[in-house]
Formats: sequence, structure tokens, C-alpha cells
Amino acid sequence: MGVKKNIIGYTPAINNIPHEEFKDNATLEKLIEELNEGGVNVVVAPLDRLINLGRSHSMWPLTFATSCCGIEFMAVAAARYDMARFGFEITRNSPRQADVILVNGTITTKMAPVLKRLYDQMADPKYVIAIGGCAISGGPFTKSYHVVKGVDKILPVDVYCPGCPPRPESFLYAMMQLQRKVRVEHFFGRVNKHQKDPYAEQMSKLNKELLNMQEKA
Amino acid sequence: MSNQINPQIVAAAELHATLASLKAEGYDFLEVLTGVDWGEEGLGVVYSLTKTATGEMTHVKSVCADKENPYLDSVCDLWAVAGIYEREAYDFYGIKFLNNPDCRRVFLREDWIGYPFRKDYDESQNPEFFLESEPISDKAVCFTLNEDGKVKKTETPIFGENDYVVNIGPQHPSTHGVLHFRTSLEGETVTKIDAHMGYIHRGIEKLSEGYTYPQCLGLTDRMDYLGAMQTRHALCMCVEQAMGIEVSERVQVIRTIMDELQRIDSHILFFSCLAQDLGATTAFLYGFRDREEILKIFEKTCGGRLILNYNMIGGVAHDLHPDFVKDVHRLIDEVIPHGLKEYHEIFTGNVIFQTRAKGVGVLSKDDVISYGCTGGTGRAAGWHCDLRKLRPYAAYDRVKFNEITFENGDSLDRYMVRLKEIEESCDIIRQLIDNIPEGPIQEKMKPIIKVPEGTYYSAVEGSRGILGVYLESKGDKTPYRLHYRSTGLPLVNVMDKACRGHLLADLITIGGTIDYIIPDVDR
Amino acid sequence: MFDFNIVTQWLDTLLMSFLPAWATVLIECVLVALVIITLYAVFAIVMIYMERKVCAWFQCRLGPDRVGPWGLLQVFCDVLKMMTKEIVNFRNTDQLLHHVAPFLVITASMTTFSCLPWNKGAQIIDFNVGVFFFLAISSIGVVGILLAGWSANNKYSLIGAMRSGAQIISYELSIGMIMLAMICLTGTMSFSEICQQQENLGWNIIRGHVPAVLCFILYLIAGNAECNRGPFDMPEAESELTAGYHTEYSGMDFGYYYLAEYMNLFICAGIAATIFLGGWAAPLVPGWEQWNHIMLYVPGAVWFVLKVFFVLMLLLWERWTFPRLRIDQLLTLEWKYMLPMTMTLLVVMALCVSFGFVWN
Repeated sequence: MGVKKNIIGYTPAINNIPHEEFKDNATLEKLIEELNEGGVNVVVAPLDRLINLGRSHSMWPLTFATSCCGIEFMAVAAARYDMARFGFEITRNSPRQADVILVNGTITTKMAPVLKRLYDQMADPKYVIAIGGCAISGGPFTKSYHVVKGVDKILPVDVYCPGCPPRPESFLYAMMQLQRKVRVEHFFGRVNKHQKDPYAEQMSKLNKELLNMQEKA
Repeated sequence: MSNQINPQIVAAAELHATLASLKAEGYDFLEVLTGVDWGEEGLGVVYSLTKTATGEMTHVKSVCADKENPYLDSVCDLWAVAGIYEREAYDFYGIKFLNNPDCRRVFLREDWIGYPFRKDYDESQNPEFFLESEPISDKAVCFTLNEDGKVKKTETPIFGENDYVVNIGPQHPSTHGVLHFRTSLEGETVTKIDAHMGYIHRGIEKLSEGYTYPQCLGLTDRMDYLGAMQTRHALCMCVEQAMGIEVSERVQVIRTIMDELQRIDSHILFFSCLAQDLGATTAFLYGFRDREEILKIFEKTCGGRLILNYNMIGGVAHDLHPDFVKDVHRLIDEVIPHGLKEYHEIFTGNVIFQTRAKGVGVLSKDDVISYGCTGGTGRAAGWHCDLRKLRPYAAYDRVKFNEITFENGDSLDRYMVRLKEIEESCDIIRQLIDNIPEGPIQEKMKPIIKVPEGTYYSAVEGSRGILGVYLESKGDKTPYRLHYRSTGLPLVNVMDKACRGHLLADLITIGGTIDYIIPDVDR
Repeated sequence: MFDFNIVTQWLDTLLMSFLPAWATVLIECVLVALVIITLYAVFAIVMIYMERKVCAWFQCRLGPDRVGPWGLLQVFCDVLKMMTKEIVNFRNTDQLLHHVAPFLVITASMTTFSCLPWNKGAQIIDFNVGVFFFLAISSIGVVGILLAGWSANNKYSLIGAMRSGAQIISYELSIGMIMLAMICLTGTMSFSEICQQQENLGWNIIRGHVPAVLCFILYLIAGNAECNRGPFDMPEAESELTAGYHTEYSGMDFGYYYLAEYMNLFICAGIAATIFLGGWAAPLVPGWEQWNHIMLYVPGAVWFVLKVFFVLMLLLWERWTFPRLRIDQLLTLEWKYMLPMTMTLLVVMALCVSFGFVWN
């Protein structure tokens, strides 16, 4: 493979979006710096950019909605706002085929394990957008006994989109922010699975127990 | 006009007999069942009964004898809807209903500790969230009384041993939110549905007990988000009538128009979602295209698209936008008639839809009354349950409109009721829009709103049926008990009855036409 | 008309001149395979883009327009994404069958794809029982779908696969009957001869007049059902079964199903264009010498692709207009209406041909 070295002036830039607009987003700047720390591979970097182009423009959301924001999400998919323009065309109903889960609405204590499981069922790379006040912090229901105060307690959230419910324009902006975030990722040269196998530990434990039992017997 | 109610107090032992005799007198519809924790007095239930013929109401209150181990007789043999209402009261207050065949928790997890609506509930007993899945029991719980006066618990399996049980939901595209149907199938035929709710239960009623009245208003819009105006209207009306405030004519008319716009919005969304569920994606987008026009009107006046925050206690939040009359005229004269014509062409007249909906999920008039299915579902079966006619409120007594009813009670009728109601709503708006009276949009209110001590009940006709507000006040600035008669809870409860013997695909049709909103069911 | 045989024969003689026979055959096979795969991918991408734009047009939307000019690169993005997406493995499933199933589907689809006559002389699989071969190969796809449903250990998948099995096997009867009726008219089962005949004698849909037009309409219905496309998309019925038989597939495994679905539609339209609309035959009108002269200048492949896209538009129109049928209605439609109708049409067509009621 190619030689790893720092090329002056080359950064994995974000295509299609004016840098001025992106500059005030300190988090992303930091992210790029971190990514560039070890240098960028000459051969692999363009490939990365190609893959990121594909990934960022083909974010298929999971049809997941618990309350009000879901209706606005439908409006985003419908004629006036038409998120198909950006390549978020196909809302998949099966988590296996979705790339991004938009947490539309309040997550309650009873729903939390279900949401977690849905996230686990998704295939990597997967992203999470917390839509609306309820998903970000519990929103108007923070004082409730049955509401999770922020979905980031269960899932790693990539983009927060405030509002109650957010306007469709905010939805689109949140998804475009996610596109930007995706465009500075690396595909080659690092672990692509964001998440450990949730059952691996459990299974190895069980296996050990089984072995112990066999030995005893 | 006061909406104070004085429930007739009945001893727990005579409860069943009293209610049975009331039913025989003609009070054949159990409108709402409210569990209350009266503190020292004990836990109890208020039954609100309605005569379907006249709309007249009566209320019966019964307090459990034993506070430690509260129980009451179940009335689910008199009204089918009581079954789910009693489960709700059991879930929140721990009141056991004897002889209710299925007295499980309904909203909270089965391993939840404590009863959250009791005044002495300790929140620290349960973690903020669980990460392990809910242990869903396969057994229905039934409480009975032994000869020695002790409550006995018996468990019966819900499904047979060889049933093929498919989980539809909680994350499923056509349950209209996070609803969970455990469906047993015989081939593709549905033999039984066990509905699990509470995936979006936020405890709005309990939250309201800690909020002042204006703060409570903020939560109403988030219950039934397709009836945001109407729910808020109901609570405002309840508080205003309890305090004896007369709102101006202008406010009455504005509220009526807004309610009707909201109804059109809701019914168009109903059409869209039904089309989407049946696979007609294009019809879905047509509906959404026209719905945007209504949202535009809302946005100009209220500032919000979905959550509107418009009605206030004593009036409305803002005056109408100068373009309001013009926009509404355009909506009801051009957009909606044109849209309806297209809907009929692309979807209603389609032979596939006709055959999928005709004769599917039939609910007779007796069924809908017993199951408490109001709104379009009730009217499709021929039950005249429109509160706008029965107990007119706001400006409904001064407009002429037809109450749309059908006879068959199948999915096609439920669909047609909604589409016809869009036309009627346009007609109501047409009568009001050109002569909105002048006047203040907001009555002068005290800075702190306190409702005099007493029990109050008001109801409006929501997009999906009767939307009642039960309010109990101790004279404070916060409600002592606030209970909403959810329009959707009886509708979800009737799914089992409506779907049995139909195919899996019919479950989608029936669910779509019965038209429930889950956040409204769970509250 | 341009004959593609010139190219193939030139290549053959060129290779034969300096290579042994076995090497020539080998190189030719590899070339043909490359051509098939390229064409398959290109047309799949065009199809997906077309479907999105057309459905957006039906639904008062814009469709993809951000990636590349008019959103042309959208489908490439989807492909790139799908190729780099994780393929999830499960415990408690039949791993082998689970991973073999998508390949069965895509193989069946590709083999049928190579039966299409693109131009005079440009056909990959062509022999005297071509139609028969096509019908046989296209049935392999259903095995893949059944395996997918069975091996995923998921109830939705199983129901979807069972529905799919029932549906495809039923509608294959209708398609077979319609093809038989058309073979009655042409008297040959070879696709190239069917096309050649239509160039000489006129398109089958005109030659066969009333029964042929009816056959064409029934073929459009049965073809959509055969491809599991709406209004017959019960096997994946989104609102009932989330994603039906491919619920548990992710990444490129799912991509194969997605590709095969679109390409089956293309093949279905291609066969309709071949047996009804003349295949690569230009639209010649007897007597209009000038017109015919110009038309013959256009290569056959262009005519073929144009005709295919015309049929595709009809199929998409059908897809985006109707609500989904219910499984019992679907089977009723086939066994009670379509099958008797196609059988009658077969008899009528046979009578027409034997008594000479054919428009030559």
C-alpha cells in the first residue's frame, strides 16, 4: 500500500459545502484535526473520500417514530420538503438495512430497551440523530417518572436537532450536518465497527462456565 | 353554565348493582372511568355514564374499603370498555378489580415497582431506564375474592401452546406509533391480539398535578398531536367553566374554526396514512401536499405547525393573522374540494381498496357503544355520538351541519365517514369565516389561576371521538387530579374484537381505519 | 439494418487466426461474461434512477438532485454505501443457506438477462427452445427467496417467503400460458427467430390483433406480480411485514435482492418488448418507403431499449398508482380470473392461427 506521510495542504476536506459555513462548527474542525494527526495515506485517502461521498449521500433512515416529531418526519419525506433530494430517499423498515436512526420523539422507560435493541440490530456504519427536545433531554417531560432524560444515555448521538417538534428545515439541516460529519470519517486503516459485539462477552462467559462445569464433571 | 359534577357516592359493596341499574335506566355508555387518590379518604374510582339517546350524564363515585389492599368489583361484564379502563386504574393506583379476566398492568412494565399515581409514590424505587428487555408474561391475571374475604390471584395463559405468535410492533411502520400487538396467527388468519401499550407513556396526568394550570396547557398539545387544538380547547373550556369565566363571542368562533381546521388536518392525515399502509404511496403524498396548506394557515396565526399552543385560559394567545380569512377561503373553496376529488379518483374508487375495506372489521352499533368507540368509528356503525350535536359547546349551536353516520360499521364506512366529515367541516367553517364577531381575544385573568374546590368534567368532540377532561381541584393553583378521556384507548382495545378471523393484511386496514394516535392512548 | 454478427464473426476469425480453438472459446466466454455484467450493472443503475425520478414525478416531488447533475450520481452513492456496509451474521440461523440465497436470486436474474435479444446477431443465449429455457431459469429465483425466508429464523421473513412462493408459482402459470399463445402465433421458441419474423411480417401485437393485445395487458399484470412489485409486493409488504423475506439481510446481500428486483422488472419488460413489440425490429409500415428507409438506419439495439423503457413506464405507472392487494385476493385473481382467461386466449389464438385470421 501507499506510503504514510503528511502532505502539506492536504486535509480530508468536506466537499460540496462552503468552508465558511462549516467553519463555525468547532466540533468538526477538532474532529478533522484528530483524524489528521497520524497523517493521511496518499492512496487510501482518495478512496476514503469516494466511500464517504457514497455513504453521506445515501443515508437511509429507519422508520422510527414515537410521537409528534414522527409526523413532521413524514412531512419531510412528503412533497414539499422532499428529503429524497439529498439521497435520504428510502426509509427502510428493517433496521438491518438502515444507516441512520432518527430518534423522533420521547423515549420512555419502557421504550428504552426496544430502542437500544433496534440500534444493536442495525449494521455498521450507523448513526443516530436525536430529534426534538424530548430525545435530547426529556423536553417538556423531564420531570416525569417514566421518561428517559436524553437519548444519549442509551445511544451515541451524532447530531442533536432541537425543537418541539423541529421544523422540517431543521430536520434537513440536521441530516446535512450528519453528512458533513460522515465526510470526514476514515474507512481504511481503522476499526470500522463502531460497536463491540454486545453478546461476545456474555457468550465467552457462558462458554467458560460450561468448560468449568465439564471439568468438574 | 357550570360543569361541576357531584358524583353520587356508592359503597363498594353495592357498586356493581348500582351501575347495573343505571345501565338499565338508559345510561348505556361508560364515557370515562377515573381513578383518584383522595389521600385520607382512600383510593377510589369515579364512573361517568352517558345516555346515548340524549347525551345526559351521571357520575358515580366509589371508595375502596381497604386502603392497604384496595379492590372494587369489575364492571367489564356491563361495558366492554371497562376492562381496559380498569387495567389503567390498576396500573396507576393499584386498585384490583375483582373478576376482571385480564387485570395486568397496561402502560408500565410488568416488573415496575409501585403505583405512580398514588400521592405517596416514591420515584426512587425504579431506575430511570432499564436496558434489559421487558419480561412479557404470557399469563393473564384475574383477581377474585375468597370466602374468607382475601383477594386471590389466578393466572390463565393468554395464548394456546401451539399458537404462532407474531410481534407486530413496538417498532412497526403501520402501528401508527409505538404500539405492540402480540398477534397469534393461524396461517395468515388472526386468532387473537394482545395489545401492549405504554411505550410512549409519559405520565402527563401525574406531571400535571405538579404544574400550574397554564403549564398544564403546554402538555395537552403533545398528547393527541393531530387534535392539538381540540385537546387544549377541552382543558381551557373545563377550567374556564369551573371558574365561571365567559369568553367572548370572538374567541368562541375562532376556537370553533380552529377546531374544524384541525379536524380537516387530522382526517387528511388519516387518509394519507391509510393509503400508505395499504401500499398506495402516491395517494399518501397527495394527502400530505394538501395538508401543508392547512399547516401554513396555522403557522401564520399560531406560529407552530404541529404543536400550536394557541388556546389559553380565558381566550386565545394571538389575534388572527390578517390573511387568515383569505387563506381559509382558498383552502375550503379550492384546495380541499380539489384534493378530495383526487383522493376519490385515485384511492376511494379503486377496486383493490374497495374489496380490501368492504366488510372488513365490522363493528355493530352495540359493539361500538359497549367498547366506547366514539368519533368516526362509532358513527360508521350508526351511533349518533357527535358531541357537537349532543352537547353543543363553543359556536357549534349556531351552525348547521349534518352528523355523518353510516350503517355497516366496516372499514369502508369508517373511511367514508372521515372523508365526508372533511366536507362538513368545510361547511361549518364557511358559515363562520365571513362574520367573525369583533371583541377581545383574551379575558382579563388573575396572574395566578386558581380553580375553586370541586370536581369538573368537560368534553369536546376531538378528531377521533369524545375528548373529556376530568378535573378535581382543592382550590390550589395546581390541579389535584387531572384525567383525560383518551379518544384512542377504547379504539386500541377494540382491535382484538375487530380483527379476529380476518387476515394479517386486514389488521393493517382495520388499524388504519379505526385511527388511533398512540401518544394520546398512552398519555 | 445493422447486423451484429459482423462484429462477432470478425472477432472470432481474428482470435482463431493466432490462437488454438480452446483459447478462443475461453476468451470469448470471458468477454461475453464481462459484457453481461457491465450491461446488467449499467441498466440496474439506470433503472433505479429512472424509478426514483418517475415516482417523484408522479408524487409532485423532485427526486434526487443533489449528487452530480440532476442527481445522476445518486445510485452510484447508494452502491458505494451498500458495498461498504456491514453484513450481519446471526447465531441460530442456517448460515450457509442464508448467504447462498441472494446468489441464487442474482444468478437466476443474470441468466435470464442474457436471454434478451439486443440486436440482430447480438444475443448471448439463443437456441431453438429459448422461451422454454427462459421460463425454466426464471423459476430458480423463487428458490432463493424461499431459502432467504427459511434461513433467517424470523417470522416476518418466513411469512414473506411463503407468500412469495405461492405468488410466483401461481403467476408463472399465467406467464407460461401467455407465452404459449404467442408461440402459437410465431411458431418458434427461439427469441432471435421471433424477432426476425416480426421484422419481416410485422409486430406480433398487430399480427395477433385482439387476442395479442389482451395477452399483452395480462402479461403486464402477471409480469408485475412475477417481479414482486407493487401492487403485488406482498412478500415484502412494508406495512405488514417490515421488509418481508429480506428483513434480516444487510449490506450487499440486501443489495443483491434490491438489484435483482429492478433487473427482473427490466427483464420482464424486455420479454414483453421481444414477444409483443418486435424486439429489435424497427417500426416498419408497408408502403411508406421513405419512412422505412430512415427507420432501418437506426440500430436494432436502440429500438429494443426504447421499447423496453416504454413497457417499463407502463409498469411503473401501475406500480405507483394502485394499493397493495391482499394475499387471498392475489391468489383469487390468478386462479379464478387470470388463468382461465389466458387459457381461453391460448385456444382463441390457436383457432385464429389455424383459420388464418392473422394480420400479415
